[in-house]
Amino acid sequence: MAKPIAPELMTPWQQQTQRVAHGIRCRVLDLTIQHNGGYLSQACSSADILATLYTRVMRLGPSQGPRLPRPYPGPPGADNPAYFNGRIYNGPIAPDLDRFILSPSHYALALYATLVETGRLAPEGLGQFNQDGSSVEMIGAEHSPGIEIAGGSFGQALAQAAGIAAARKLRGETGFVYVFMSDGEFQEGQTWETLLTVAFHKVDNLRVFVDVNGQQVDGRMDKVLNLEPLQAKLEAFGMRVVRVDGHDPAVLAEAPEHSKPGQPLVVLAYTQTFRGIESLRDRGGNLHYIRFRDEAERQRYRDELRAMRARGV
Amino acid sequence: MEILTQVHATNLVRWAKDKPEVLVLSGDLTAPTEAHLFRDAYPERFFSMGLTEQNMMSFAAGLAREGFVPLVHTFGVFMYRRALDQIAISIAYPSLRVRMFGFLPGVTTPGGVTHQAIDDVAVLRGLPNLTILECVDATEIESVLDAIHPLPGPVYIRMMRGESVRLFPADAPLRVGQARVLGPEGDITLLTGGVCTEEALKARTILEARGVSLRHLHVSTLKPFDDPCVLEAVLAARRGVITMENHTIVGGLGSATAELIATHGAARSLCRLGIRDQFLHGASKPYLMREYGLDARALIQQVETMLHTDLAVRDDELSAIALGPSPATAVA
Repeated sequence: MAKPIAPELMTPWQQQTQRVAHGIRCRVLDLTIQHNGGYLSQACSSADILATLYTRVMRLGPSQGPRLPRPYPGPPGADNPAYFNGRIYNGPIAPDLDRFILSPSHYALALYATLVETGRLAPEGLGQFNQDGSSVEMIGAEHSPGIEIAGGSFGQALAQAAGIAAARKLRGETGFVYVFMSDGEFQEGQTWETLLTVAFHKVDNLRVFVDVNGQQVDGRMDKVLNLEPLQAKLEAFGMRVVRVDGHDPAVLAEAPEHSKPGQPLVVLAYTQTFRGIESLRDRGGNLHYIRFRDEAERQRYRDELRAMRARGV
Repeated sequence: MEILTQVHATNLVRWAKDKPEVLVLSGDLTAPTEAHLFRDAYPERFFSMGLTEQNMMSFAAGLAREGFVPLVHTFGVFMYRRALDQIAISIAYPSLRVRMFGFLPGVTTPGGVTHQAIDDVAVLRGLPNLTILECVDATEIESVLDAIHPLPGPVYIRMMRGESVRLFPADAPLRVGQARVLGPEGDITLLTGGVCTEEALKARTILEARGVSLRHLHVSTLKPFDDPCVLEAVLAARRGVITMENHTIVGGLGSATAELIATHGAARSLCRLGIRDQFLHGASKPYLMREYGLDARALIQQVETMLHTDLAVRDDELSAIALGPSPATAVA
């Protein structure tokens, strides 16, 4: 794993991306402390990927959503005219613009924080997080800010994104469909069905960024059900695969340049689940959903958050 | 009675001609689900998905999100059993215009337990937003595409293939939510679906020769189950209600009718003919219908029980029954 890039070597966009990533970690840690629990390690591993996608990689228009999210509108359907889809926070739908699909909805808080840090959502919007009647749900669904597809049942969002991408190709649109996935989703059989399909049908406007953090609910993936070597498996399935340091915005941003016509792109972003929050590094055990063991531990995280904010990026 | 072959295959090509938004997806069962003529006519609108049913359902959802209308073709079991979570979360929850053509309902295949969709209605009826239909004859197969096209949400169709009789007049199309009144009067109300309707028509020919008439409705819309015509027929049943379905009696037409009766406090006795909570095995359709009590004889026996009478129907009478031209049917 590469060391963090020295600030003097960064270009201005990289510094901006780092600021966004740092802000994501701070906000998710803050919410986790407030709620005495949360999907914190996911934010640590994905912050740089999400920050790079939103600030450098994807072509999105300005948010169409209200700065403060509206309450839960009821389920989607033709009989619910009040319904809205969370994708409005990712800008308008247009042939030349990109689409963003968050697959593992457990990353919702990290995504909400990303929307705040990129000016698409008011910071106060996070106050609605996991509140009854709110659309800012813990495991986001289609009405949640930034979320187009309910991805809480793993492996389904990739296939739906593939359908969206195939539809866009049928219409001759030039925008890409970016999908954020977690490595655990590659244990699902459906994921491989979809990879087979997008390779065969040459759905090359599909670009998948995978947070390879090596963790799942039961623990380290190599102890639960080993996935590696992932790159070789994906290449055998016909993917164009780029393997990068998932905490380095420069290589993340550059990854799509390695695309090849006719092949879907998968960027394997190798990450750490404690990145940027030192207290997590020593915690060990279950990192899927962080609950503080006692008030003393919670206070330690409060202190670290204060230090993180004081330090800045 | 008119018998036609590959009604869906030819109808689909004709119907989809001027509908560029219509796509067909097939799970490696293209000719077996009569999608092959569409594939040959409009290759750019056909997606070969192989044996990836979970992927196929979610992929179809993605296409539907973009305004296309995917018609998914495979055997029913491979949709609702293999890919139930995908049908629920990718398709039903967002209420997308995906049309799922589930072939081989119940006894219509000799393929045995792995191929016979005996519980699809039971499994899928609990999914919000989903419309569930059953097609049985050439008229319904020809008209179902038009009938469902305006629906804004997802539809699952128990679909027939191969040789189809024409039970209903060609100019009396299937209408979503409307049962067909096949027998307007009688103290017993009979609700039938799918291939059981043809058996019921045979049985009624024999019963009517003995002066027993049934109030008979053919039900093609299993969800929503809110046809006022069905309720009216149930309320009019002085001697009880019989349901007859090519499906387990748990969760299908019989159960929906029980809910209707109870909800309206109708206090009618109900007999559910159908597969009696058991798996079938691989055998011919006539054998399975006889063996599992889905045929004309089973219905006659039930009517005899409800009327406390012996109608002395002989086997040779039953086998000699050939349905005449389409009976006078009224679409309510």
